[in-house]
Amino acid sequence: MNRLPRWLLVALAIGPVTGLAIFYAWPFVTLLAEAVTATAITDTLSRRSTWEIVWFTVWQAVVSTVATIVVGLAPAYVLARFDFRGRTVLVGLLTAMFVLPTVVMGAAFLALLPDSIDRTVWAVIGAHVVFNLAVVVRVVGSLWEHLPTDMEAAAATLGASRWKVATQISMPLVRPAVTAAATIVFLFTFTSYGVIRILGAPGTRTIEVEVWRRATQLGDVGGAAVLALLQLAALVAIVSWSTVAQRRHARAIGLLATSARRRPRTSGEYRFVALIAGAALLVVAAPLAALVLRSFSTPTGWSTTAWTDLGESEIRPGIRLGIDPVEAVVNSLTNAAWATAFAVIVGALASLAIVAAGRAGRALDGGLMLPLATSAVTIGFGMLITFDTAPFDWRASWWLVPVGHALIAVPFVVRTCVGVLRSVDPALVGAAETLGASPVRAWRATVVPYLWRPLAVGAALAASISLGEFGATSFLSRSGGETMPIAIEQLLGRTGSVLQAQGFVLATLLAAATVVLVVIVERLQSPLAGRAGR
Amino acid sequence: MNDHPGLDLEGVTVSFGQLRVLDDTSISVGASEVVALLGPSGSGKSTLLRVAAGIITPDAGRVLVHGVDVTARPTHLRGVGMVFQDNQLFPHLSVIENVAFGPKMAGVARSERTERATRWLRRVGLPGFDDRRVTDLSGGEAKRVALARTLAAEPAVVLLDEPLTGLDRELHDRLADELATILRDTHVTALLVTHDRDEATTIADRTVQLADL
Repeated sequence: MNRLPRWLLVALAIGPVTGLAIFYAWPFVTLLAEAVTATAITDTLSRRSTWEIVWFTVWQAVVSTVATIVVGLAPAYVLARFDFRGRTVLVGLLTAMFVLPTVVMGAAFLALLPDSIDRTVWAVIGAHVVFNLAVVVRVVGSLWEHLPTDMEAAAATLGASRWKVATQISMPLVRPAVTAAATIVFLFTFTSYGVIRILGAPGTRTIEVEVWRRATQLGDVGGAAVLALLQLAALVAIVSWSTVAQRRHARAIGLLATSARRRPRTSGEYRFVALIAGAALLVVAAPLAALVLRSFSTPTGWSTTAWTDLGESEIRPGIRLGIDPVEAVVNSLTNAAWATAFAVIVGALASLAIVAAGRAGRALDGGLMLPLATSAVTIGFGMLITFDTAPFDWRASWWLVPVGHALIAVPFVVRTCVGVLRSVDPALVGAAETLGASPVRAWRATVVPYLWRPLAVGAALAASISLGEFGATSFLSRSGGETMPIAIEQLLGRTGSVLQAQGFVLATLLAAATVVLVVIVERLQSPLAGRAGR
Repeated sequence: MNDHPGLDLEGVTVSFGQLRVLDDTSISVGASEVVALLGPSGSGKSTLLRVAAGIITPDAGRVLVHGVDVTARPTHLRGVGMVFQDNQLFPHLSVIENVAFGPKMAGVARSERTERATRWLRRVGLPGFDDRRVTDLSGGEAKRVALARTLAAEPAVVLLDEPLTGLDRELHDRLADELATILRDTHVTALLVTHDRDEATTIADRTVQLADL
């Protein structure tokens, strides 16, 4: 099927490959070089605080994961098994929580919880649970939805009580999905950064936060690099383990082709569904509501001051704090526009090359996915320490932050596009050629037109990623160039109710922008799903 | 027909939304009697069995097992066993664990339930299948395991929902004969749902048309 001339493939791939080499591979190698010095390694590994931080990172992730699974199973079951009014809204809300920027989720919990516990590990775990509920609901729910309900009925006819059915039949059957969901949640919480920067206290630092602290606050670049690699090694180990575990527990279950969802029939079922759905709604709506409310809250009562005076960066006449919320909005929008443009161009070229180029294409595909597997903090850190010497001192360049964002967004653009392009019937190209079109012409007429719609989806995704990006930005952004997430973190970290309220205003705006973009993605994707296979 | 009550369904009415699937349907199966319920697909036969098993709650009507009203009882306390059309063997359990599941739920000690399960596996012609995975069984073998699993729980009433549908002709006929023998030998009360008249006459003491109820 690869009948495109080699020059065209090279032309398509050269941009993405060069970008990946300069902005991902090079910083990564620099990071390795920084870390692989005897003193950096021994200093870091022999320090007691390192192991305290590793221990904290692990236990908060384990507790967050277990709590998310425990809290998420009931809504996953109800949403998978029952049809009821408001079901779609609830699923949408849960999903929206999942795509919210980390600092927004942190801000929402800061707004929700009373001052006594809002900067503790419990606040962090609470935010992690609400954040990741959608993972459990979607991953476990999609299996549960198609699990034959008769399997459970069969157990009941053999004398199994409801509890026994749940523990001996349902749980073992959904276990592979639970393992998968738990792995995803663990990965997210293990590498948690934005939430902890907002909600964490001095004693609650994850490896990611410590990388940032060592690199930017203490100037210990070697130590930060060792920690970044330590975390990367842990991530690789976890992913390999989960792949093996899921293969071992994989079972041939006769899944239903259609959903087993139905309306509740008995009054007991109605009560159960109402209780669980209501509780889930409360859990996701409360932090968002608190966020919006706090943006209107001042010591003297309710007021729209924080919104109307957003441009007033003077806290008292003549005294400024150096954080301008309006400027942060402008910076974010500019960055997002460029990051989206970069990600769309690179993603489009890469997708076309991947689909057209067979084995080499798969290598490019894998290479472009690497930034996804590397934490944003590691990416930002690597770029910071690589591009700091002439002639590559790009730290002050306006485009460095958007490039970092694009690096993180490209995998999403590629994933949306490649799937659609692969589904184009190869026979179409052949048909065009029999009508007299050259291979390049045939490709342009049959394959390329399918690119635009997934590319639009990818653009919306890239924009939302860029707007909310905090990990890499916290290394790359310069004073005066603060994006919204950076400004939110700084505003909420200061005392003073005006600043706090402004932080909540920015977080509300960012949440709204993200939700709008995700709704656009969903809208663009749904008719596409029906078209792609044809 | 005998006078001792086995399974009685009285005035059962079930609607799914606007669709009335069963309308004031009654049927009576005597103790140790095997009754076949005939009717075309979609006529509500399966729904009637599910009402008897307590899987579906009827809008109206009563279910009696050995003369005792069990309408309000949950499925697991009814003593009603069921063989599903697609077997519904538990894929995460071995063959013997499937068959021993009922005794396990009843609190039977491990050694005794293993022995009971082994006996039932022999009875359905599957000796030595204990540790096989249920996902590796042929259609006929899976059907036998499903039957053994239901009978090993020693239910008061056995419901069979199109148990032989989908098997090839030869296997179907052989299993129908074996099923008839096993049900007769165990003196169990059974209600069989099928759309196959020959199958009904082979297995059952008495055949009833759903349309006549």
